[in-house]
Amino acid sequence: MSTAEVDGGQVGPTWRERLTKASPVLVLVPSLAASFIYIFVFTIWTLYISLSNSSLLPSYDFVGLSNYVSLWSNRRWNIAYSNLFLFSAFYIVGAMAIGLLLAILIDQRVRGEAMWRTIFLYPLAVSFIVTGTVWSWLYNPVDGIQMLVRGLGWTDFNFALASDRNTAIYAIIITGIWQSSGFAMALFLAGLRSVDPDLVKAAQIDGASTFRTYRKVILPVIAPIFLAVAVIQIQFAIKTFDLVAALTRGGPGISTTFPAIYVYDLMFQRGQIGEGAAAAMMMLAALAVVLVPYSFYVVWRRRKENRHD
Amino acid sequence: MSSLTIRNLRKSFGSVEVLKGIDIEAKAGEFIALVGPSGCGKSTLLAMIAGLESVSEGEIRIGDRLVNSVAPKDRDIAMVFQSYALYPTMTVRENITFGMESRGVPRPQRDEAVKRVAALLQIEPLLGRKPGQLSGGQRQRVAMGRALVRDPKLFLFDEPLSNLDAKLRVDMRSEIKKLHHRVGKTTIYVTHDQVEAMTLASRIAVMHQGQVQQFDEPQAVYDRPANMFVAGFMGSPAMNFIQTEVGTDTDGRPAVSFKAAGGGTATLALHNGIAGQISTRNVILGIRPEHIFRYSPELKAAKPSIAKVEAPVEMVEPTGAETIGFMRFGDLEVVGRFDPDEAPRMGETITLGVDMSHACLFDPITKNLI
Repeated sequence: MSTAEVDGGQVGPTWRERLTKASPVLVLVPSLAASFIYIFVFTIWTLYISLSNSSLLPSYDFVGLSNYVSLWSNRRWNIAYSNLFLFSAFYIVGAMAIGLLLAILIDQRVRGEAMWRTIFLYPLAVSFIVTGTVWSWLYNPVDGIQMLVRGLGWTDFNFALASDRNTAIYAIIITGIWQSSGFAMALFLAGLRSVDPDLVKAAQIDGASTFRTYRKVILPVIAPIFLAVAVIQIQFAIKTFDLVAALTRGGPGISTTFPAIYVYDLMFQRGQIGEGAAAAMMMLAALAVVLVPYSFYVVWRRRKENRHD
Repeated sequence: MSSLTIRNLRKSFGSVEVLKGIDIEAKAGEFIALVGPSGCGKSTLLAMIAGLESVSEGEIRIGDRLVNSVAPKDRDIAMVFQSYALYPTMTVRENITFGMESRGVPRPQRDEAVKRVAALLQIEPLLGRKPGQLSGGQRQRVAMGRALVRDPKLFLFDEPLSNLDAKLRVDMRSEIKKLHHRVGKTTIYVTHDQVEAMTLASRIAVMHQGQVQQFDEPQAVYDRPANMFVAGFMGSPAMNFIQTEVGTDTDGRPAVSFKAAGGGTATLALHNGIAGQISTRNVILGIRPEHIFRYSPELKAAKPSIAKVEAPVEMVEPTGAETIGFMRFGDLEVVGRFDPDEAPRMGETITLGVDMSHACLFDPITKNLI
C-alpha cells in the first residue's frame, strides 16, 4: 500500500532532495573559488609580471627572461638563495634531530610528562617576530649573553654570533631550531605513542637492546612522520621572512638576506616589481622541487597500500 | 621434571590486587591453558612469566632457575602475541631472524633455522613478503615461526586465535595442536575461549578474580568442576543450576526436590553414594544440558541412573546437529541438548529423563562442589 503511494507520487526528485544532494557542492564552492583565484590566478599573474618590464606599477610589456637574467647576476640574490639552502639543511636536520631526541626521552615514561611537553612546545606558540626580537637581544654583545657571562667574571668571553657576517646565518639557524624542535617533538611523540606496544615487547623478548629496538623496529614504523615533519619544515624554511626581519634585518651587510626578504625589498622598497616577481617565481620553484615529488610519493604509497588490501 | 613453577604469585597495581596467590606447575612438554573471563588476570600472569610485568610477591621458576628479576630476553622463552606483533617494516624472513640477529647468531646458522621453520609451517613462499601483504592466517603462522625458530624452553601464547574468523580459528587450532605434538615444548596458552582450552590443553587452569579456581585435566574440569564458577564457565550452553532441598523420594532413596512448573514438587533421586556427603538442607543441583533427554522406558533400561521429571517447553533452537530446548522448572529456565529426532516441540509438556550419575551438587553457601 505504501509502495503504491510512493510510486504514484514520484515524478522526479523533490526540491528538498535536490538541495540535499547539491549542498556539499554549494558549501565548497566559495572556498574552492577563493583558493583557485588566490593560488592559480595570482600565480599566473605573478609569472606574467615576472616576464614584463613592470617597475613601480605593473605593466604588461613582454620582455622575456631579462628579469631573471638580472636577478641571477645580482650578488645579493645569489647570497640569499644559497642562504636558503644552508638554512634549510641545518634547520631541518637540527630541528628533527633535537625533536626526535626529546620525543624519545619523553617517551621513557618520565615524571611530569605533560609539563615537559608544554615547555618544549611553547616556543611554537610564540610568533617569529617575538622570537626574533628576543633572540636579537640575547645575541646582542652589549646587553645579551656575552654581557651576562662577562658580568659573571669571564671578561674575555666572546659571543657575537649575530654581529659577525660569517656566523650570523648560524644565529638564525639556532633560533629557528629552538623555535620548531618542539613542534617536531610533538609529531614524533604522537608517532611513538601510536606504535603497537606489543612490537616493543616482542623486540624485548627477541633480545634487542633499547637502541636496536628504536633503530630497527620503532623508527622504521614511524618513517612517514619523518617525511611529514621534513616537508612542513621545508616550507617554513623557504618562507622564512619574519624571523630574519626581526633578528638581523638581513645584516650584517647583506650576509643574512633571504629570498623572501629580497622579494619584499624589490617589490615594495625599490619599485622593481618585475624582478621581484621573478624572485618570487624562483621561490615557488624551490618549493615545487620539494613538494611535487612528495605529493607523487604520497599518491604512490596510497596506491601501493590499496593494492594489498 | 617441571619446566615452569609458579608459587604464591601476587601482582598489585597500586592498591588493586589483580593476582592473589597463583600456584601452577607445568611438567616438561605440557600444554597448559590459562582460561577465564576478561579481567581475570590471565594475561597479566602470562606477561609476568614473560618478564614484561614485574613480580609483586611470590616466585616464578623456569626449569630450576628463579627468574623473578631476569630480563625477558634472558628467560629463554618465545611468545606469540594476540596482535601477532610482527615488525611491519621487515620481511617475513627478517621478522623470523630478528631475534637471532640481536643475539649475534652467525648468518649460515640463521639461514638454516629459517629454512627449517619455514618448511615446518609451510611459509617458504612468503619469506620475501612484508606482514602487510599477508592474510590473517599467514600472519599467525609467521608469528608462530618467529617463536619456533628460537627453540626456547617455554612457549607463551597470548590469545593467538582471537583475531581470526571462525573457520580459520578451528583450522589453526588443530594446527597448533599438531605442532605442539611434533615440537613437544612446554606451552602456556592464554585464552578466553573454553573450547580452545578444552581441545588443546593437557591441563587447564581456570582463573577468576585473580585466583586459580581449578587446575586439572580438561575432562576432570568439565565433569567435576571445583565450584559453580568453573561449572558455569566451562561448557556451552552452560550448566543448569537448580536450587533444591535434600530429602527422600517415594521409594525412600535419598533425593533432591524442587518446585516444578505446575506448582507441585519434582523429586530427583540421587545417584552414587553422594548423599552421605551432604551436610546441608539445601544444595544446588548442576546438570549439563547434554544429560537431559526425552524420557522413554528404553532410556531408563539403558541408563538406570535416569530420573524422571515433567516440564513445559518454552522455546526450541535447532542447530542442525542438535536441538537446544528451553524448559521451565518452577521459576527457572533449564536448557537441554536433544537429538533432533527426539527434539521437544514448543508448547509441549515433555517428560524429561535426567542422568543423575553426571549431576554435580554444590554447597549453596561456599558454592563449592560437594
